[in-house]
Amino acid sequence: MMAQLTSSERQNIIAIGLAILIGGFTLAILGRNDILGIHALLFVAAGGLAIIVGARNLYKPEPSEDRSQSYYDDPSKVGIFLALIWGIFGMFIGDWIAWLMAFPDMTFSEGWSSFGRLRPSHTTGVIFGFGGNALIATSFHVVQRTSRARLPSQVLPWFVLWGYNLFCLLGVTGYFMGITQSREYAEPEWYADIWLVIVWVSYFGLYIWTLARRKEPHIYVSNWYYMAFILVVAVLHIVNNLAVPLSWGSAKSYSLFSGVQDAMTQWWYGHNAVAFFLTAGFLGMMYYYLPKRAQRPIYSYRMSIISFWGITFFYMWAGSHHLHYTALPHWVQNLGMSFSVMLLVPSWASAGNALMTLNGAWHRVRDDAVLRFMMVAAIFYGLSTFEGSFMAIRPVNSLSHYTDWTVGHVHSGALGWVAMIVFGSFYALVPWLWKRKSMYSARLIEVHFWLALAGTVVYVFALWNAGIIQGLMWRTYNDGGTLAYSFMESVDAMRPYYVARGIGGLLFLTGTILCLYNVWMTTRMATETDTESVDQSVATLQPAE
Amino acid sequence: MSVGERDNHSGHMTTGHEWNGIKELNTRVPRIVWACLIGSVIISVIMWVIWPTWPIWNTFTPGILKTDERAQLVQEIQQVAGKRSDIDQQIQAITYDGLIEKPELLSQVRSDAHLLFQDNCAACHGVQGKGEIGFPNLTDSAWLWERDEDVIMETLKVGINDQHPDTRTAEMLAFGREGMLERQAIKDVIAYVLKSGETPIDGKMDYGNAENGSLVFEENCASCHGEDAKGDTDIGAPNLIDNVWIYGGDTSSLFQTIWNGRKGHMPSWEGRLSETERKILTLYVMDLESANKGKSK
Ligand code: HEC
Ligand code: HEC
Ligand code: HEM
Repeated sequence: MMAQLTSSERQNIIAIGLAILIGGFTLAILGRNDILGIHALLFVAAGGLAIIVGARNLYKPEPSEDRSQSYYDDPSKVGIFLALIWGIFGMFIGDWIAWLMAFPDMTFSEGWSSFGRLRPSHTTGVIFGFGGNALIATSFHVVQRTSRARLPSQVLPWFVLWGYNLFCLLGVTGYFMGITQSREYAEPEWYADIWLVIVWVSYFGLYIWTLARRKEPHIYVSNWYYMAFILVVAVLHIVNNLAVPLSWGSAKSYSLFSGVQDAMTQWWYGHNAVAFFLTAGFLGMMYYYLPKRAQRPIYSYRMSIISFWGITFFYMWAGSHHLHYTALPHWVQNLGMSFSVMLLVPSWASAGNALMTLNGAWHRVRDDAVLRFMMVAAIFYGLSTFEGSFMAIRPVNSLSHYTDWTVGHVHSGALGWVAMIVFGSFYALVPWLWKRKSMYSARLIEVHFWLALAGTVVYVFALWNAGIIQGLMWRTYNDGGTLAYSFMESVDAMRPYYVARGIGGLLFLTGTILCLYNVWMTTRMATETDTESVDQSVATLQPAE
Repeated sequence: MSVGERDNHSGHMTTGHEWNGIKELNTRVPRIVWACLIGSVIISVIMWVIWPTWPIWNTFTPGILKTDERAQLVQEIQQVAGKRSDIDQQIQAITYDGLIEKPELLSQVRSDAHLLFQDNCAACHGVQGKGEIGFPNLTDSAWLWERDEDVIMETLKVGINDQHPDTRTAEMLAFGREGMLERQAIKDVIAYVLKSGETPIDGKMDYGNAENGSLVFEENCASCHGEDAKGDTDIGAPNLIDNVWIYGGDTSSLFQTIWNGRKGHMPSWEGRLSETERKILTLYVMDLESANKGKSK
């Protein structure tokens, strides 16, 4: 992997490593009387590792000059493995806490293993670790193919990938030690947040730079979505994490916002994290791998335009639907509700555009589990956006809010949409990247497909039931005007559904493990230079037409 | 300029762009999409017109329905309170003996109290009120304080060993730790207590000398637990010979109790539950014992 780097690039790696090392040391010394001192050692270790890798390869021969004629895919390859490893970690924790909710003793007595610390480890592991790495890996692949341009730097993509993973690691190890900002999906503390800003700005720069060097006259839809994802996540991340640390030597910080403004900022962030991280980025993925695999043209360019602008515009206003019936002023809630309703149309237009693209390829969908993953993803995308708009209506929300219905809704999107589109894309991408004729085992893909689908359906149905029962128990009054059920009874009533969710999660996790195995075995197969591979241009840049 | 071509399957033209093999059709946006888009905008505009929605400088558009949720809430609360006030007055006035004569009111009290008990008391006293190690069973006939409405009302109001200024206090002294009794004397008094009660000594008949224990008891314990060891409900000292234990009746639990002392904490509810709610719970606690007696007899 280092063989493709020039010696000046290797020197750059050492320089970056040194900077991280020094920064880490400074932080460790400043925070020596705090938990920060220990946490900062992660920076030291990461910097040290970069220096070692750079130095050990410093005097290796220079790469051949013709590399600029091909795409740079090594970071994508590593990203795929990182995504799957994070995925298994995150889903394992997810299933653990799922069982923990049915059997509260199923954990250790140490603080790190309490529900409150495991839960953010799950969400960070799956959203940022699994989802984020998948987005980075595929975005590097897609932007090069659709621009017919090689990534302009060989150091920057590695910095983005490993820097991002360092952030995820800082997050999760922090939770285990009890470090958190207590902002959902934005739990990591100020120093990790600053680090992510540096990484993310580099990602943005790299992406723009590649696009600027494109040899295609137009920018493909996937890139609109990936760009929206990168840009908006940067804005969200910076604004929501504005905070003042207790001191430069303390891991703890206090948000710049307070009270209801704080809540609104957090859910403006939280909702748009769903929109631009878990939706826009993955739409970018879908817009490339689905038509490629189906070998069909996108159904309608004009629908792509409407949905893209509809989604980006409407989502920005919808965050307040997370705060219905709270201290947030009534008018803000209504505004969020109305935009959430309008949001349904461009969302369904996207899902429809994807499904209509499969017209003329339904026989492939039937036979090819990879394409079926993508189709099911589009369907779940449609289902969960419908559900989301529905739940944003205040009277509906008064039933669903605070119940497990919300968690069911999240996972219909997370498992059905996000994870499925990732699996479909990976199964398509891996043979192309490693130049193999096909995946190691088509049977295993088939098994994975059914495990994933069954897991999702069991999970989502269980929690729909759970949530609606909970919601109803909380609002049933008896004749004397008092509530009919105590809170404890509503908790007790959840047990069968929690057990079912645990089983569904186990199926889903098993599928993910099979996926990692299948990908690993594929990379160990012999290289084929089979030009029948769908990705015609495999790794050579076609001369400009 | 890019030139489109016709797609055989759909019959639509492509846009003429191509990215690594991906093409796009230039299909019109279906009418249904436009219709839904316009429809959803109309629905939203209606919402904007009828409800408060848009900010205008330092206020907001009130909407033509002039909905005010705070006022609505206050109204709803008043409505419920109005409905309740009659029942509440009856409950305030009644005694437990009077209550069992009125089946309708009794069932109302039971369903109200069930919720109050589950939400506030069950965490310590158990879902069925049967207690846990350290938390007394409320369904049996053993009482720390008297089984009397006024007494229970007072307990709920001020708590036991709580921060309430008038709290009840009841402390079992740490005889061993504070050096008042030797290890052997504690064993002896345990043997005495267990022998006087009906609790079998777990296999260890030679645990302590009960005769010696009787002397220890008289000197150290009788002042609170009474000469006959049947407790004193005026100071919350439990009966030690009724085979009912809060902290366990095996020798090692008893040793813990007498060596380290005990000071159970029952919160005060004056600030958290209304007088009527406390009355409901009082009636319920009395009812728990009666219901339990009815079952065992
Ligand atoms: C934090 C735990 C806790 C909670 C919650 C709690 N209790 Fe108690 N309660 C206790 C303990 C401990 C005692 C015994 C105190 C002692 O040992 O001196 C007690 C004693 C009592 C007694 C006196 C029993 C007797 O034998 O005289 C009554 C009555 C009682 N609780 C009722 C209630 C009711 C009704 C509620 C709900 C409003 C409630 N408790 C909530 C811990 C609790
Ligand atoms: C100052 C009064 C006082 C004296 C003296 C006293 N006790 Fe207690 N004892 C109490 C009180 C009050 C409790 C209830 C504590 C609680 O529930 O938190 C208690 C509880 C106990 C219990 C636990 C009962 C159970 O149900 O688990 C035992 C056993 C006991 N005492 C034995 C003794 C013995 C033996 C002595 C003499 C060595 C003694 N006590 C002396 C006040 C006293
Ligand atoms: C093996 C599969 C999975 C299982 C068993 C699982 C389980 C869980 C559990 C038990 C919770 C906590 C719910 C609560 O606090 O009540 C949770 C929360 C969450 N999970 Fe998962 N999960 C899985 C996969 C995923 C994936 C793949 C994603 C996203 C890509 C995801 C995203 C989330 C999110 C966003 C939340 C927070 C939901 C909220 O705040 O309402 N999960 N999950």
